Amino acid sequence: MAVVETRKLSKRFSDEVMAVDAIDLRSTDGEFLVLLGPSGCGKTTLLRMIGGLEPPTSGEILIGDRLVNHLPPRARQIAMVFQSYALYPHMTVYNNIAFPLKAQKVDKAALKLKVDWAALILGIDGLLDRKPRQLSGGQRQRVALARALVREPNVFLLDEPLSNLDAQRRASARDELQQFQRDIGTTTIYVTHDQIEAMGMGDRIVVIEQGRIRQIGTPREIYEEPADTYVATFVGSPPMNLIPDGGDLVGFRPESFFPLDDDGRSSGDDLVRFTLTDAREEYLGSEKLVYGEVNGVKAVARMATNAPLSVRDGGSAPFGVHKQDLRIFDRESGLRRQLARAAQVEPAPVSGAPGR
Amino acid sequence: MSATTTSGGAAVGAASGGERFFLEREKVLGPLMLLPAVIYIVALVGFPLVLAVLYAFTNVTVGDPRIDGTGDFVGLDNFRAVLNDNVFRKALRNTIGFTVISQIIVIILANILSLVLAADFKGKRLVRFLILLPWTTPIALGVLGWFWLLDSVYSPIDYALRRLDLLGPQTPLGPARNMYWLGETELARFAVLLVHIWRTLPLATVILLAGLTSIPQDIKDAANVDGAGFWRQLFYIRLPLLLPIMAVASLFSIVFTFTDLTVSLVLTRGGPVNDTQVLATWAYFKGIQGGSLAQGAAIALFLLPVLIAIAIAMLRLARRAGAD
Repeated sequence: MAVVETRKLSKRFSDEVMAVDAIDLRSTDGEFLVLLGPSGCGKTTLLRMIGGLEPPTSGEILIGDRLVNHLPPRARQIAMVFQSYALYPHMTVYNNIAFPLKAQKVDKAALKLKVDWAALILGIDGLLDRKPRQLSGGQRQRVALARALVREPNVFLLDEPLSNLDAQRRASARDELQQFQRDIGTTTIYVTHDQIEAMGMGDRIVVIEQGRIRQIGTPREIYEEPADTYVATFVGSPPMNLIPDGGDLVGFRPESFFPLDDDGRSSGDDLVRFTLTDAREEYLGSEKLVYGEVNGVKAVARMATNAPLSVRDGGSAPFGVHKQDLRIFDRESGLRRQLARAAQVEPAPVSGAPGR
Repeated sequence: MSATTTSGGAAVGAASGGERFFLEREKVLGPLMLLPAVIYIVALVGFPLVLAVLYAFTNVTVGDPRIDGTGDFVGLDNFRAVLNDNVFRKALRNTIGFTVISQIIVIILANILSLVLAADFKGKRLVRFLILLPWTTPIALGVLGWFWLLDSVYSPIDYALRRLDLLGPQTPLGPARNMYWLGETELARFAVLLVHIWRTLPLATVILLAGLTSIPQDIKDAANVDGAGFWRQLFYIRLPLLLPIMAVASLFSIVFTFTDLTVSLVLTRGGPVNDTQVLATWAYFKGIQGGSLAQGAAIALFLLPVLIAIAIAMLRLARRAGAD
């Protein structure tokens, strides 16, 4: 197993575009590290540089504390699973899985043993004689994983391996993939633009935007303690509400934003009150979203379908947020203010709060 | 073409209401657009083919090309005469030999060339253009160029060899001062082969190049990560993936070479002593110059089985590609 580290790693494709901009990153051993970002943010380029498929413009890559910048992919003890799976279309499943071993000149008996072992782990032992085109998307993904697994690499690099699956299959594949990674305990770097995949599978998430790291943290840290407004709005659906207040932006999650009784019974010391105007309800089955505006800025609240709320379309209603759920960002830089600052927020920080 | 468009325009102008979209109906437009191709094929391919088959069983000549009645039909006489003819057998052997040997060489060279051209280097576009040039040159002109290059007295190749002290008195290739490329059996055959290779290599290369670039980057990346070196990638990934397109390139080249008339006709006129005679030239000499239309047709018909086999192979390949 191994630790993957990058030091000031950069990639410049043309004179203007920095695809990856001085990224410092260090995984722990056996970690499931997710690179999360919108398409074009440089996360795949970062992964390809770690894998040796793209030469970095500057910076260092270390795998297992060994500098690998000048090693070809095959010498890096890594295995990669591609978005398209990149199975060899003219080979049977068996030969696909055996290909890396043949390249290593593993002798025939040992090779068969290993292929069977990998196929068994991924539950594709019945498909070994098929060609890739005779397989479903999920089966192809397992073959790609088996081909990666069979080399017993130090690091797995996965590039959006679930994006070619349909939504239903994706949910179960997510669970299987995570289970698989826990079982074999190999350091895994997983690229995705899907925050649900990132939140559900990652030990830690690296949020990347325009070639730079915005935040590294556990899914809980990323969600609950976003480092800046970018992370706050990129992660979470619907995203965090951000209400301007002087030089600050007051942020809170839609599910922390709840309706107050008209009689103000639920008011208390730790409550910050807002008025949601121009409200509109969206029914989503298990939950509902209430859209509206606070101080002229769009805001949304999420609550259970049966939550008591009586607001006409276009009407206003009092809403509240517990003080500990507020996150304060600097309006200029978008950066999160010190945690201590959040506790100092006055009960009614927003000028438009109802003056009861 | 112009006739159909004019009548189509008239139809649109005259039509009203529901008839306005008459031309947009697939059942109308489809056949209309196919028509020129069908007319062309029937008139210039189908009709001559039927005529050739008919002639092969008659005794028509250039002087008397009419089939007057059942008396003109001679059954298999032409084929018997042709098969008993030494020159014909030589031509058949040469045709097959030239085709097989040149295409083996072409497919090997085309693979190498396409790999080179697929790499990224300065002036890649210029090199690609230059390589394609022989293909764009009219065959007869290209062959004429070779005819001069291989001239028995003024050949620049001979001149170069002489300057390098390889040709002339007391040299490895001497003592003659010329190679007589087109006058010696082996050299003449070599020359014909060379021109065939020169002519078909560009297209094969370009087809393979297209095939190479169509291999997904992910597959190449995967092979890299999986630890395959250059040769393993070549023999286990690239060539197997190229196989279908290589077959297409080969079949094209085989058709061109197998049926070729120009190279042997212009370069050697089948000589020396019929040693570079091929089916096409022999059919021409026998049927047109010799006047025996019927025998010429019979000779040309020997091209048919091979061409039919190739047509079937092509259609199969196309269907397989469609099924994948």
